[in-house]
Amino acid sequence: MKTPVAILGSGNIGTDLMLKLRHRSPLLACAALAGIDPASPGLARARSEDIETTHRGIEGLLALDCFESVRIVFDATTAAAHRHHDEVLRRHGKRIIDLTPAAIGPYVVPVVNLDAHLEAPNINNVTCGGQATIPMVHAVSRVVPVDYAEVVCTVASRSAGPGTRQNIDEFTRTTARALEVIGGAARAKAIIILNPAEPPLHMRNTIFTLSRPAAEAEIASSVAAMVTELQTYVPGYRLKQAVQFHRHETGQLQTSIFVCLEGAGDHLQRYAGNLDVMTSAARKTAERLVVKGLA
Amino acid sequence: MIYVQDVTLRDGMHPLRHQYTLEQVRVIARALDDAGVSAIEVCHGDGLNGSSLNYGFGRHTDLEWIEAAAEVLERAALTALMLPGICTTDDLRAAHGVGVRSVRVATHCTEADIAQQHIEYARGLGLDVSGFLMMAHLASPAELAAQARLMESYGAHCVYVTDSAGALLMHQVAERIDAYRQTLDPATGVGIHCHDNLSLAVANSVVAIQNGANRVDASLAGMGAGAGNCPLEVFVAVANRLGLEHGCELYPLMDAAESLVRPLQDRPVRVDRESLTLGYAGVYSSFLRHAEAASERYGVDARDILDELGRRKMVGGQEDMIVDVALDLAGRS
Repeated sequence: MKTPVAILGSGNIGTDLMLKLRHRSPLLACAALAGIDPASPGLARARSEDIETTHRGIEGLLALDCFESVRIVFDATTAAAHRHHDEVLRRHGKRIIDLTPAAIGPYVVPVVNLDAHLEAPNINNVTCGGQATIPMVHAVSRVVPVDYAEVVCTVASRSAGPGTRQNIDEFTRTTARALEVIGGAARAKAIIILNPAEPPLHMRNTIFTLSRPAAEAEIASSVAAMVTELQTYVPGYRLKQAVQFHRHETGQLQTSIFVCLEGAGDHLQRYAGNLDVMTSAARKTAERLVVKGLA
Repeated sequence: MIYVQDVTLRDGMHPLRHQYTLEQVRVIARALDDAGVSAIEVCHGDGLNGSSLNYGFGRHTDLEWIEAAAEVLERAALTALMLPGICTTDDLRAAHGVGVRSVRVATHCTEADIAQQHIEYARGLGLDVSGFLMMAHLASPAELAAQARLMESYGAHCVYVTDSAGALLMHQVAERIDAYRQTLDPATGVGIHCHDNLSLAVANSVVAIQNGANRVDASLAGMGAGAGNCPLEVFVAVANRLGLEHGCELYPLMDAAESLVRPLQDRPVRVDRESLTLGYAGVYSSFLRHAEAASERYGVDARDILDELGRRKMVGGQEDMIVDVALDLAGRS
């Protein structure tokens, strides 16, 4: 018997997550999708998949028959909305997985710290950029301390819906902070860029680190191992170039990692790797809760 | 009267790889202020918080540069640039705290809606606020004007046609400014920001004014990314001949360009093989020095790198893709 879950937010991320759970998860059953726009294509898609829907947001979700049985609620709305959702859902004793950059709960990037915060009532999955880049910084920092990490995440304009567009500042702040807290960088900076090219370009992530000089071969193999591990739940994740090393003018070792991320094509086409890496992380986190009997 | 916005100490950061000293900022800002420009923009070339591995670390922080300019300005509005995605409203609040009174909020020409929170926040601080639609050659006049309308609706006092690639021809500037004028409230300002990659910066600025623009970006000796911006002293000379009011004095600007700015150019800011390629291929002008560095490191022609970046439709801020392209080209040969 699958564990019933619900999703708040019927935009790109919520819709992609719904389809992933519906068609790919052996452990989770998507019981409901809640949006705030009756004309939302995501809600129409959910209805066609026989998933319960409401266009009255969290209040509507609480009123659905299935809500009682739901164990985990994913929030794919916005950072501002999440604060209210968090309060309400906690009152109802639901486990919360936060896909907004609100970051009320501790950060979880499955390949780095999946088991670290399983008891937390609210788990935050950082941002799509964080899911795509933090593992790489972690792969470097487990070889040599990272003094500084910087990431540039470029997503196709068509994959960034209104919620993402209203949360640009929250994205850069939360991604940078999580690069430090779980990536292991002493200081970090995150940059996000939207590219409107047609046909849409695959999500790109470039990860730079500065560290003291270290064994380059060891860093490269740590990165390669991390990529292999990530591919177990994000199959479209790959290095676009060999890891680049050179001496920065400060004398530090600059490591540059170029990632191309192809989506699974559940919602939107394969260019939208940013959706895929985020929803795959959320699914992985929720499935872990189920396996550990914590849902 | 034309509102002349100087960008020597912002766009002009690019050719110097963001290495102005505080004393250089003070001396140049004072000369510009004395010569009567309306506004002076000071910060990293890629806007507030642009200091980074990707764009180049600044010699100083934005706040240090801005404070240095604030010390000497008596008339001109002290301005900063911000690119949502690179900096946040936290950076703007800090810049406001040390004297910034005007801000330009920049997005790619089709992505105005990511600037809503920043424009509203800047208005809340009481700033003069402009929207800055970059790479304007990549959107049709109607599309661009619709994006300008969004920025106006968020509260921008003025919206710019920002020709980041220096790729717009004269009739294309005219069509875009005209579309703004047809779409925006008459009280909303319209600005033009040029790069000289096709040797059209002064001509395009004049065309913009003739079609209804009232704010013009320019810099001493054209100091700016690629082949540089509209050279301020040249623009003022032309504006004088056209009988346009602008409030600037020509000879002091000529002197400042010649004695203060041109000697700083370790790479000449001019139309040459590489900077011409920017305009021809429609590539973000700030890519120039990064492409030249990648060319040297990976043994690939800078022109080929720039051309490929244009083909791949890279937008402002994607400097990380320069090395990616260089590696692809090096692997092919």
